[in-house]
Amino acid sequence: MSMWTLVIALVCALIVWAVLVRYLMAQPWLPAGDPGNLADITAVDEPAKKVGLYFFLCAISSLFALFITAYVMRMDPNHGADWFSIPKPGILWINTLLLVYSSISMQHAKTVSTLNGQKNLKRALMTGGVFAILFIAGQLWAWEVLHGSVYFHLSNPALGFFYLMTGIHAVHLIGGLYVWARVTAKVFNNAQPETVNLSIELCTTYWHYLLLVWLVLFGLLLLT
Amino acid sequence: MAFVAYADRDEVHGHDPDTFITKYIWSQDHKVIAIQYGGVAIFVGLTALVLSVMMRLQLAFPDTFNFITPNDYYQFVTMHGMIMVIYLLTALFLGGFGNYLIPLMCGARDMVFPYMNMLSFWAYLVSVIILLASFFVPGGPTGAGWTLYPPQTILPGTPGNELGILMMLLSLAVFIVAFTMGGLNYVTTILQARCRGMTLMRMPLSIWGIFTATVLGLLAFPALLVASIMMIFDLLLGTSFFMPAVLSMGQASDTMGGSPILFQHLFWFFGHPEVYIVALPAFGIVSDLLSVHARKNIFGYRMMVWAIVGIGALSFVVWAHHMYVSGMNPYFGFFFATTTLIIAIPTAIKVYNWVLTLWQANIRMTVPMLFSIGFIFTFTHGGLTGLFLGNVTVDLPLSDTYFVIGHFHMVMGVSPVLVLFGALYHWMPKMTGKMFNVTLGKIHFWLTFLCTYAIYLPMHYLGILGIPRRYYAYGGADFIPASAQSMNVGITYAAIILAFVQLIFLYNVFWTLFKGKPAGGNPWEATTLEWQTPDTPPKHGNWGAKLPEVYRWAYDYSVPGAKLDYIPQNEPHHGHDSVESDSDDAVDEAKE
Repeated sequence: MSMWTLVIALVCALIVWAVLVRYLMAQPWLPAGDPGNLADITAVDEPAKKVGLYFFLCAISSLFALFITAYVMRMDPNHGADWFSIPKPGILWINTLLLVYSSISMQHAKTVSTLNGQKNLKRALMTGGVFAILFIAGQLWAWEVLHGSVYFHLSNPALGFFYLMTGIHAVHLIGGLYVWARVTAKVFNNAQPETVNLSIELCTTYWHYLLLVWLVLFGLLLLT
Repeated sequence: MAFVAYADRDEVHGHDPDTFITKYIWSQDHKVIAIQYGGVAIFVGLTALVLSVMMRLQLAFPDTFNFITPNDYYQFVTMHGMIMVIYLLTALFLGGFGNYLIPLMCGARDMVFPYMNMLSFWAYLVSVIILLASFFVPGGPTGAGWTLYPPQTILPGTPGNELGILMMLLSLAVFIVAFTMGGLNYVTTILQARCRGMTLMRMPLSIWGIFTATVLGLLAFPALLVASIMMIFDLLLGTSFFMPAVLSMGQASDTMGGSPILFQHLFWFFGHPEVYIVALPAFGIVSDLLSVHARKNIFGYRMMVWAIVGIGALSFVVWAHHMYVSGMNPYFGFFFATTTLIIAIPTAIKVYNWVLTLWQANIRMTVPMLFSIGFIFTFTHGGLTGLFLGNVTVDLPLSDTYFVIGHFHMVMGVSPVLVLFGALYHWMPKMTGKMFNVTLGKIHFWLTFLCTYAIYLPMHYLGILGIPRRYYAYGGADFIPASAQSMNVGITYAAIILAFVQLIFLYNVFWTLFKGKPAGGNPWEATTLEWQTPDTPPKHGNWGAKLPEVYRWAYDYSVPGAKLDYIPQNEPHHGHDSVESDSDDAVDEAKE
């Protein structure tokens, strides 16, 4: 692993430590009065699903960070001189726009979900999901374009990584679409807003996160 | 809808079991899931124990057992290692004790995502089935060694280089999915569902250990997943992420320039935190066992918490000390040797604090206490030999010898297993409502403890003699003295006895279930919340109508002026408050 990975790991550790220190200075052996308000002592005054999602995003971040690290290490000529950069299919630009629009639509769905506008909510949710599905279809098209080109040699790690990283990203988006489908079905069945608003919010967060991951991956692919 | 903290919610509790299926099989109750995890983990651990006995038989009596071929031997080595580290220790500490203890010790009714918790167990079971099924596929399970280093892992000549390795990688991928589902539950429950008054710094150290280990797992297991996925690509699709240009069986491979070292980095970026994913829950649990059975507050609680968090953070920057023999930039070697030695500081703080907790304590030599004290011995010995191996120049000659086997079995095998047994004996009265057979428990401890020393201490000597590890048979190598073979025979006898001794434990479990006397709600007179439940074993929902409220830390033992030598965490500061406050200054000085 590169020294940068080490530095980033150390910086993250220091940040976590700095956040934790204020909690870790307590002297619990001293007698205290009332149990106190839970909100004061946990400082995580959020629904469990939201906290769970944040931890899940941390785990996925670790996954993609390690893929990117492996990509950069494998590209290093000291590891192997068999890396041949491949042209990136132009469809990827369109796919990127699709995912951006999908993310914007989900954000719109989150906004209107709190305003009780059922009609706009249904439209925004459908747009968000359908554009995400189109993004995945576009990625498959990109795979097919490369498959039919003269650059298709699986022993070229650049090609292998292209399929690997776009595939893993798409799998995560498909997982998100499963949740989206459940939420959308509830909305179309006219579920009470308070039963779906949190799920819509979490879907939106997940969509934005996967857009961010895609932008990083796409940037990396374009630069190398 | 306004958010209501878990601690302020009423008794309404979903997923109440109403049939045998929902109560014992598709259960969403954390206690049942914990026991399911524990049962499967112990079963698969016993399988790995049998494999180790087979290995020892071969080493002690080469050319005797025809049914153990060289291929079999390497398959046993591989499966033994992977099962013990991942499918037993990780699963039992986090899936088993994590599930059982987190809601009970934090004062919650259950995990915050019970359905996902259930899925976690069933995915774990699927991963175990895939792993064990690899024994029955053509070619058998992989024999690549538990580190699965390419290129030999997927090349002809290595046993199980086709289906065996594929099933191992798939099993690991499913296990990681299972762990992630469980892990998200553990951290979120600890952060969100603690009862009123249970501040972070009032949590028992068991919870701190499990919490930190789970965070490590969520960040480190992806490295194994990345390595597994990339290796599956190399295996099935012919990519060359890890596969260099090699001649295999006289044939040149299609691959060029793949990096086996890249795999090693990914594997150990997971592999070293994995050591602490196992060790940190053990550290936490043993701290609680020592405190309860020594009738004394844990020495330096705050420092113990810091040490757990510090060890967790440092565990991500030491991984390459497993790769000194692979070759690296000398500055990297210096860096990783330094971080490795730094991690000894918080670890040593913990050992000192355990010993100082025992100092002048009112020690009750119960079975859990015996296992805890045994752990201090084995962990100290294993830890000290780790200082040898953490140094590059000392590691290079020792790395491929039995010294390493002795070291990591002492620190990462025996030590956590002793804690597991201590924990099982400690919480068995709560899980079953009955007390185990103490005499059998003590016999189990002493034979286990003595046999492990008889096995692993001589291995350090074998290593210094230069006896290489991973060998099926040594033939007539001149540098190996005859005494080394005698020692191998002795080690094997000890291993066989150790394996049979574990039957005592299994018998004791069944004895407890069918003949054990009622243990009562709090037989160890402990302070933590799991011992204050209205029912033993705790019923679904754990706490009846009202959740507990916590007024003090988890270690109020032998408090001067108190009526009893323990004060439960949910006991308010009344009655003897004045007595306590009078003596607060003295108590604080003593505790500081």
